[in-house]
Amino acid sequence: MALPPYATTGQRVWHYTFRVICGLIFFFLIAPIVVVIPLSFNSQDFFTFTKEMLSFDPAGYSLKHYRDFFSNPDWQDALWNSVKIAPAATILSVSLGTLAAIGLSQPHVPARRAIMATLISPMIVPLIISAAGMYFFYSRIGLAGTYWGVVLAHAALGIPFVIITVTATLVGFDRSLTRAAANMGADPVTTFFRVQMPLILPGVISGALFAFITSFDEVVVVIFVGSAKQQTLPWQMFTGLREQISPTILAVATILVAISIALLTTVELLRRRSERLRGMSPG
Amino acid sequence: MSDTTDTGGPVLAADGTPLKRSLARALRRQKMRALLLIAPLLLFILISFILPVADMLYRSVKNGIVAETLPRTVVAIADWDADSGELPSEAVYAAMAADLKEAAAAKTHTKVGTRLNYENPGISSLFRKTGRKAKKFDIEGVASWKDELIDINKDWGDIDNWRTIQTYSPRVTSGYFLNAVDMRVGTDGAELRPEAERIYMNLLGRTLWMSLAITVCCILLAYPVAWILANLPMRQANILMILVLLPFWTSLLVRTSAWKILLQQQGVINDILVWVGLVDDSARLVIINNQFGTIVAMTHILLPFMILPMYSVMQTIPPSYLRAAKSLGATDWTAFWRVYFPQTVPGIGAGSILVFILAIGYYITPALVGGTKGTFISNQIAFHISSSLNWGLASALGAILLAVVLVLYWAYDKIVGIDNVKLG
Repeated sequence: MALPPYATTGQRVWHYTFRVICGLIFFFLIAPIVVVIPLSFNSQDFFTFTKEMLSFDPAGYSLKHYRDFFSNPDWQDALWNSVKIAPAATILSVSLGTLAAIGLSQPHVPARRAIMATLISPMIVPLIISAAGMYFFYSRIGLAGTYWGVVLAHAALGIPFVIITVTATLVGFDRSLTRAAANMGADPVTTFFRVQMPLILPGVISGALFAFITSFDEVVVVIFVGSAKQQTLPWQMFTGLREQISPTILAVATILVAISIALLTTVELLRRRSERLRGMSPG
Repeated sequence: MSDTTDTGGPVLAADGTPLKRSLARALRRQKMRALLLIAPLLLFILISFILPVADMLYRSVKNGIVAETLPRTVVAIADWDADSGELPSEAVYAAMAADLKEAAAAKTHTKVGTRLNYENPGISSLFRKTGRKAKKFDIEGVASWKDELIDINKDWGDIDNWRTIQTYSPRVTSGYFLNAVDMRVGTDGAELRPEAERIYMNLLGRTLWMSLAITVCCILLAYPVAWILANLPMRQANILMILVLLPFWTSLLVRTSAWKILLQQQGVINDILVWVGLVDDSARLVIINNQFGTIVAMTHILLPFMILPMYSVMQTIPPSYLRAAKSLGATDWTAFWRVYFPQTVPGIGAGSILVFILAIGYYITPALVGGTKGTFISNQIAFHISSSLNWGLASALGAILLAVVLVLYWAYDKIVGIDNVKLG
């Protein structure tokens, strides 16, 4: 990557221009997310930087949008609904998904490709189609507008992520370990919980975090399948952005960014741990 | 001690069965165990996802309402020849009167009117108005229902209305699909709608070209970033990788609202442009609620899906290839274009299909930053489900969108393989 000492002027110019271009693209990627954070401390109800903010006058900053978020019953109900729905959907998709991923990684699985394509399809099918189908079908079986209807729908959407991360971890799993455990007299259940599970745990947790964030951020399906009683945080944001755009959204956005930073850090640490366990360089 | 080569019989396993059969049984058991582990999830996906989508597809052709609400009329009108230029016979009118009386008592006559109104605008008021009087119909007491009905509403004497009823009396219809591709059943079978009523093909075309524009923008922006990530030392690359993964993990609504705030006329971008002096304060740019806003916001949202597959392909290309090309006399450009670029094509392909599939079905972002000119077909589907309540048309549009996506999914599976999808 470093510029060789014999580089011509043209090569030098291009080298630095290229870095500037890359820098601009990285800026494009990250700036919209970062810009929300200072704006959320605005003491005015504006969506742009005020003069006071630009001169770093403390009077230009306040926590009033955060206060509104934590005191407004609409936002609190939405937060509470999200917190109730996402973990239930995650548990459902992780337990079923891990089991199936172990099944899929066996050496002889009939119609493996077709099964895999079916299990990944909720990620590929446009959300509006899933939402429409679930709305029609769940109303027919009495699940529409109920807590369990939303949980079921979100679990289905989270499954592809669990399948992908757990099968990826299982690719590096050494099968002779389970055979060794069986050889020493462990039954399959013991082998699973004492030998296989601890080794694939990083992948399972990554999958769980993906499933959690899928449900926690999901808005299209919940709008159609849920009723006002299941109004989640993203749903509330969506209506907020559509109808009366209030700066409280900025505070919510900042909190959600903080949550995603926490989740991203966890997933990265787990990925490195998993690669170390498999003897690959952690990088 | 017996020598197995002498016996000449099949090779036996420890329990005395032939080895071949014993192995086959073990294999079968292994397959069963794998399937048993997968079965619960497969069943779950079937109930919570596949059946709902199938139900939606069925709705796009389902048309039970006419036959259920007007059973006698449907039977009576079957023999009528719409092209004869004559109104249906007296029996058809009598059947219609009897059906309407029952439907009005059950209050279902407006539903059938609404259904037929999708195909023949205006017919719903005919059903509504006649329905009001239908409860008091004395079926036996009227000599000619033909005259009576036409007397109540002269539209019963319009052949076109009867043609619509006859055309949509079967339980399965292609009407919604024809509607979704801007066609209708005319006198000589399917025909295109008048120019002014053609909305959906335009919308589908716009969805496709905007998705394509987003994909191209993503390729152009992702390529340099993927290259620099693949060629920097591991430690620096990992730090820069966070800048790619953070947007990937951030809520879609956060990113969309960020763009909504940035692109507003009183937003940050316009403020900066005014401050720099590029734009006059009175002539702030309109960069939201149009196609530009949708393309910018969606390029930003989908960019990580392009960078990650490109990066994983570029990582596997040894840098010595480029050095070899240069030592053989290639210029920087030739070495890149003839040696490096062809090897990155699989990454571009994988990323492009993924971005295109995701873009074509987007709903939230176009709904929030697209205005009226920058919306996608998904927004029209949502409109028909929640506002116009024409679920059949929504399902038909959904089925067309699903078909496009499934073809691309199939291509993705052939080119990349779904097993190779990686996250982060």
